[in-house]
Amino acid sequence: MTAVRCVDLCKTYLQGNQEIKALDHVDIEIDTGDFVCLSAPSGGGKTTLLNAIGGLDKPDSGEVWVAGQRIDTLSKGDLAQLRLKQIGFVFQAYNLIPVLSARENVEFVMQVQGVSADTRREQSLAILAEVGLSGLEDQRPAEMSGGQQQRVAVARAIVSRPALVLADEPTANLDSKTSDGLMGLFVELNKHHNTTFVIATHDQRVMGYAKRLVRMLDGRIVDDIQQNAA
Amino acid sequence: MMNSIKIVTILAHRNLWRNHRRTIVMVAAISIGVWAMIFMTALMRGMVNDMIRDGIRSLPGHVQVHDPDFRNDPSVNNLLALNDSEISSAFAKTKITSWASRVKVPAVISSERESRGVTLFGVNPAQEKSLNAIGNDIVEGHGLEGTDDPGVVIGRKMAEKLETRVGKRVVLMSQDPENEIADRGYRVVGLFKAQLAAHEESMVFAGKSTVQAMLRIDDQVSEVAVMGEDYRSVDDIYKKVDSMFGDQAEVLPWQELDSYLGSMLKVMDGFVLVWMIVIFLALSFGLVNTLVMAVFERVREIGLMLALGMRPSSILGQIIVESILLLAIGLLIGNVLALASVVPLRDGIDISAVAEGMEMFGASSMLYPEMEWRDVLMANVVVLTLGFLASLSPAWRASRYDPIEAITKV
Repeated sequence: MTAVRCVDLCKTYLQGNQEIKALDHVDIEIDTGDFVCLSAPSGGGKTTLLNAIGGLDKPDSGEVWVAGQRIDTLSKGDLAQLRLKQIGFVFQAYNLIPVLSARENVEFVMQVQGVSADTRREQSLAILAEVGLSGLEDQRPAEMSGGQQQRVAVARAIVSRPALVLADEPTANLDSKTSDGLMGLFVELNKHHNTTFVIATHDQRVMGYAKRLVRMLDGRIVDDIQQNAA
Repeated sequence: MMNSIKIVTILAHRNLWRNHRRTIVMVAAISIGVWAMIFMTALMRGMVNDMIRDGIRSLPGHVQVHDPDFRNDPSVNNLLALNDSEISSAFAKTKITSWASRVKVPAVISSERESRGVTLFGVNPAQEKSLNAIGNDIVEGHGLEGTDDPGVVIGRKMAEKLETRVGKRVVLMSQDPENEIADRGYRVVGLFKAQLAAHEESMVFAGKSTVQAMLRIDDQVSEVAVMGEDYRSVDDIYKKVDSMFGDQAEVLPWQELDSYLGSMLKVMDGFVLVWMIVIFLALSFGLVNTLVMAVFERVREIGLMLALGMRPSSILGQIIVESILLLAIGLLIGNVLALASVVPLRDGIDISAVAEGMEMFGASSMLYPEMEWRDVLMANVVVLTLGFLASLSPAWRASRYDPIEAITKV
């Protein structure tokens, strides 16, 4: 079953007077349960593609389908619902809400989804333990290291078991040990819950975990390889 | 839904105290603004209410009954042929207990040295006391003792002008219904004080029967004054009295008897609202600035929340709740401050230093602040309503952010 399908996607940005083609007629289909790494040099279009799949950015032309639903034509409110219910995001910068504790940050999406307080608490504590943050539940982001914050962001992305997780450079600010732990968690979720992962990265180690490696250059897909994951 | 409201409230509350110094400054500004709204309104209410009450005391009464032509020609030719027992039995059916019938004619008072034009009131002292009318506040001598009292009570200022005093004789002169001179000598038995010097100089009180005899009008009276419980709500009593007299007499509430006083009350209500709005407008610049800064500082977070699936309406709600919380704290402190300022001043503020000037407007030298709950309510409603409206613009802008642009904002 297809989790994500992009058809002839184009997106152009203006940088000063110069036109930058972030996506140049991109076609890609990602199956449910796949573990895809998008690799490209800076400005290659991987983050733009990730944002288009997540409904955060609208393409200039082309179609984006997620879970069988065309999303590039949806309203802001409908896109918000789609992201809330089906997609987990991990951003490059930790992007936590500073006034909420680690547990509250993890619970945030579930709370907006309307999950009961008991369930939220139970699941958030479990996922925080899973990412190695037991005992730090009540810490606010400013009181945690970069690696700890990124693990909270990952916990938030996966706690409600979304069908699709989009991660933009999730290990960019982590040391190698923490990166391996995080990727191990992703692989486990992919294996046991059939969660689809699309990860934009520069990191060769992260690419080693992917079942499929998609290389991009100047907004175009130049290589699409199935590989044996680590 | 409840979860969304809860998270929106938690975020609004925590964000409010994120920059606590800015929040405290804004809360202080709102509190002082609300205090100013309520306290200054209480002072103005006190002054205007005092002027109105004093005006009613000098009328006196909340509702008056006259001959239909009396107001055009307030002379002995336009009297009511009603005696007290008839009035008493008519009012007994309506449970009206505070009323007074009186003779009221223009007259000239003369001492051995001076003469003055005055309004002569022939009164029943017992009835006038129940109305708390002017003339009962005796500062020298004593008041009238009955309707047939041969004495006269004049104001302190009048005594000074006439160069007379208690115990001396004066002559009162007016016209009878045949346009003949009607005069009589009276002994000054008491001096009264009034809030306004003008009242002390223009009003003279004598026994009703004595005046009726002097004017040769039998037991006819010029007016019947009826007092209700509150000068603000005289409609019921006015309708009752009006239905009793029908076309035989003209029945008017105090607002129509003295349109200046009546309009003062309406003007005051309008002025209070304008005053509150003006203060709020000054406050609103600070409020909007605070919210704009709060939104500006949190662009990335707002983008993140939108990216994670929070609806734009929840972002809108978050900023509005933040604004309402700020206003509510300011209102609470402002209300307490206002109460704490007004209560100790209930016994009055001596403004005698400027009272000479104030008398021109009918105000007394003591100012009694009056905090009316409807004014407090109005101040709170004005601040909350306009505060809500002022927060809409920054809240709307925040909810319209593009998530990805907001997240990547440096």
